[in-house]
Amino acid sequence: MNAPMPEPLVEVSDLCREFDVSKPWLNRLIEREPKQFLRAVDNVHFNINKGETLALVGESGSGKSTIAKMLVGLLEPSQGTILFGGQRMRTDTSAEMQVLRKRFQMIFQSPYASLNPRWRVGEVIAEPMTVLAIVKDRREIQKRVDELLVLVGLSAADARKFPHEFSGGQRQRIAIARALSANPEFIVCDEPTSALDVSVQAQILNLMRDLQDELGLTYLFISHDLSVVRHMANRIGVLYLGALVEIADSKTLFSNPVHPYTKMLLDAVPDLAMTGRERKRVEGEIPNPINPPTGCTFHPRCPFANERCKREVPLLKAYGTGVASCHAVEEGRID
Amino acid sequence: MTTPVLSVKDLVVEFPTRHGPLTAISGVSFDLAPGEILGMVGESGAGKSLTGSAIIGLLDPPGRIASGEIWLQGERIDQLRGDDMRVLRGRRVGMVFQDPLTSLNPLYTIAEQLIETIRTHLEISVNEARKRAIGLLDDVGIPAASRRIDDYPHQFSGGMRQRVVIALALAAEPALVIADEPTTALDVSVQAQIIEVLKEQCTQRGASIMLITHDMGVIAETADRVAVMYAGRIAEIGPVKDIIQNAMHPYTSGLMGSIPSLTQEDDRLVQIPGAMPRLAAMPAGCAFHPRCERVFDKCTASRPQLIPMGTHEVSCWLYDDATAVAAKP
Ligand SMILES: Nc1ncnc2c1ncn2[C@@H]1O[C@H](COP(=O)(O)OP(=O)(O)OP(=O)(O)O)[C@@H](O)[C@H]1O
Ligand SMILES: Nc1ncnc2c1ncn2[C@@H]1O[C@H](COP(=O)(O)OP(=O)(O)OP(=O)(O)O)[C@@H](O)[C@H]1O
Ligand code: SF4
Ligand SMILES: [Mg+2]
Ligand SMILES: [Mg+2]
Repeated sequence: MNAPMPEPLVEVSDLCREFDVSKPWLNRLIEREPKQFLRAVDNVHFNINKGETLALVGESGSGKSTIAKMLVGLLEPSQGTILFGGQRMRTDTSAEMQVLRKRFQMIFQSPYASLNPRWRVGEVIAEPMTVLAIVKDRREIQKRVDELLVLVGLSAADARKFPHEFSGGQRQRIAIARALSANPEFIVCDEPTSALDVSVQAQILNLMRDLQDELGLTYLFISHDLSVVRHMANRIGVLYLGALVEIADSKTLFSNPVHPYTKMLLDAVPDLAMTGRERKRVEGEIPNPINPPTGCTFHPRCPFANERCKREVPLLKAYGTGVASCHAVEEGRID
Repeated sequence: MTTPVLSVKDLVVEFPTRHGPLTAISGVSFDLAPGEILGMVGESGAGKSLTGSAIIGLLDPPGRIASGEIWLQGERIDQLRGDDMRVLRGRRVGMVFQDPLTSLNPLYTIAEQLIETIRTHLEISVNEARKRAIGLLDDVGIPAASRRIDDYPHQFSGGMRQRVVIALALAAEPALVIADEPTTALDVSVQAQIIEVLKEQCTQRGASIMLITHDMGVIAETADRVAVMYAGRIAEIGPVKDIIQNAMHPYTSGLMGSIPSLTQEDDRLVQIPGAMPRLAAMPAGCAFHPRCERVFDKCTASRPQLIPMGTHEVSCWLYDDATAVAAKP
């Protein structure tokens, strides 16, 4: 029997975002410099199916947070479309967007910055419910806040406290309760555990998986930590300088990485299991995103680069169950 | 037996407050052999950095060493003051911190900084020192070192700056390098490179390394032995492989299980309930007891000391002969 056809909840196509990083107008005039743009997200395509976790990994500056912000409507794409349940996402405040906005939420890296320090935890958690006018009755709201606190492993009495009375892990639990309060289907999690210690990270990752099972949530999970991503995701997308270089299901990506950058990234992860697995030496650093290399932006660090790689941007092509963008793979120069 | 490069004995570091002193490091002891790499792991606030700062006399006041001894190559150093301490820091102990810019002066070229460090410790001419400096930069993997040596720190990338800091730490041929989270601020693909250079260059010069990090993976790859710190104490210390594959302290085994694996399918991570206690609310007895699933009466009453168990030393009442029988599940 075939597995049920995956049903896409989020469809991202041609997504681009540029930032104007020009010097001030007068400087440009004097130094006769043109405007400068930084392409933070470059032609990204992916789908996220209902109930799955898609992870995006990449090093600092690869465009992860920029994609996250565009997905939840905090940032306008320069180009491309995002469909959510078939409807087009916009950053405006139209009635349609109001309805759409109830269906997703975002959790940020820093549980310190994302909670208003002057509000009691109960108010923090209730805010999405009240702003989106989902529940109006005060007693109803309080009941829901209490339930949410228990759901994330805190207690109803915590509603009266302030965020600073909690540890980092507990604050991230509060942020999760807040994200869940409007009953979303889809949660974008941008490095939700990067600021936490490993033993606390384990608590939060377990909680997020339990909630997904219980509530049927769909996650976009962003991280630079490959082992966390492997633990959380069904499928993984790898970003380099704003471009998606490979997407594959989680197991395949680790057992059979296709793109040379994915291979390099895996080789850079220390071998905690001390299996003595053979690894190649990692070379070079990420180039300046304002003047990215031509052709395949990975070519200066790539052991398989040739003339074509320097000239021509590789496109995503299907390999097995995944996709990757690499001339060497396409030409069969790497197995 | 050879004299250890570093010997820390019963170190106690305190911060005086209005409500009495807070003990941040509480009786830490360990030795570091010549050429050895000792990893120090532990969660945020466990006392890793403070242990390092105490050794090099860089505790931020009002923090102070309340008791204990620190010996470097057979000489007691915890009471050195002023110039003596500065000489020791530059010459016999090299330092690498998380942010390369804490070690580099933005207003001077790399050449000026390296040459000065070399010349305060070795009596050689400027020309000679410059040659040495270029050699050092070459060793730590700076391409075109003879040209780039006249650049300023801001002209280097993050990874290259950390390489320069390593060169600077090694400039006076120290016996010990203390590296506190040397790769935490760097990109994943650059971290591996920096750790490799650090290890390779120290090993070639016979310098020992005290490598402070919260990343167990880095320790697994790099260190000979590891000390696991918890709440200002050493929970367990021993050869890396033994600790990773055969942890004895309940905190260490919890910690190891909470790290997601790259190679194994794990549906659920091991979860240690709660969080590390704050200094002002340190539990009596074993500091880990409120979170420990194997806690028994003795743990709440008195504090376990490090006791040798095979290749490890563990501070946990489960391994005390008198109680071991009673506590076995
Ligand atoms: N508002 C902005 N103005 C100018 N440049 C920006 C802006 N926001 C992001 N960028 C640039 O866009 C690129 C992608 O940034 P982004 O924050 O998405 O990366 P990231 O993958 O989330 O990195 P990190 O792991 O450091 O969080 C970077 O080069 C960044 O400097
Ligand atoms: N100047 C200070 N005044 C008061 N307490 C301090 C001071 N410096 C450090 N501490 C406390 O001492 C303890 C140990 O701190 P330390 O910086 O050594 O931790 P660490 O293990 O290096 O953690 P991290 O991984 O976060 O760097 C912490 O509880 C910290 O709050
Ligand atoms: S396209 Fe070329 S440069 Fe880019 S990853 Fe593939 S082989 Fe390397
Ligand atoms: Mg980010
Ligand atoms: Mg520290």
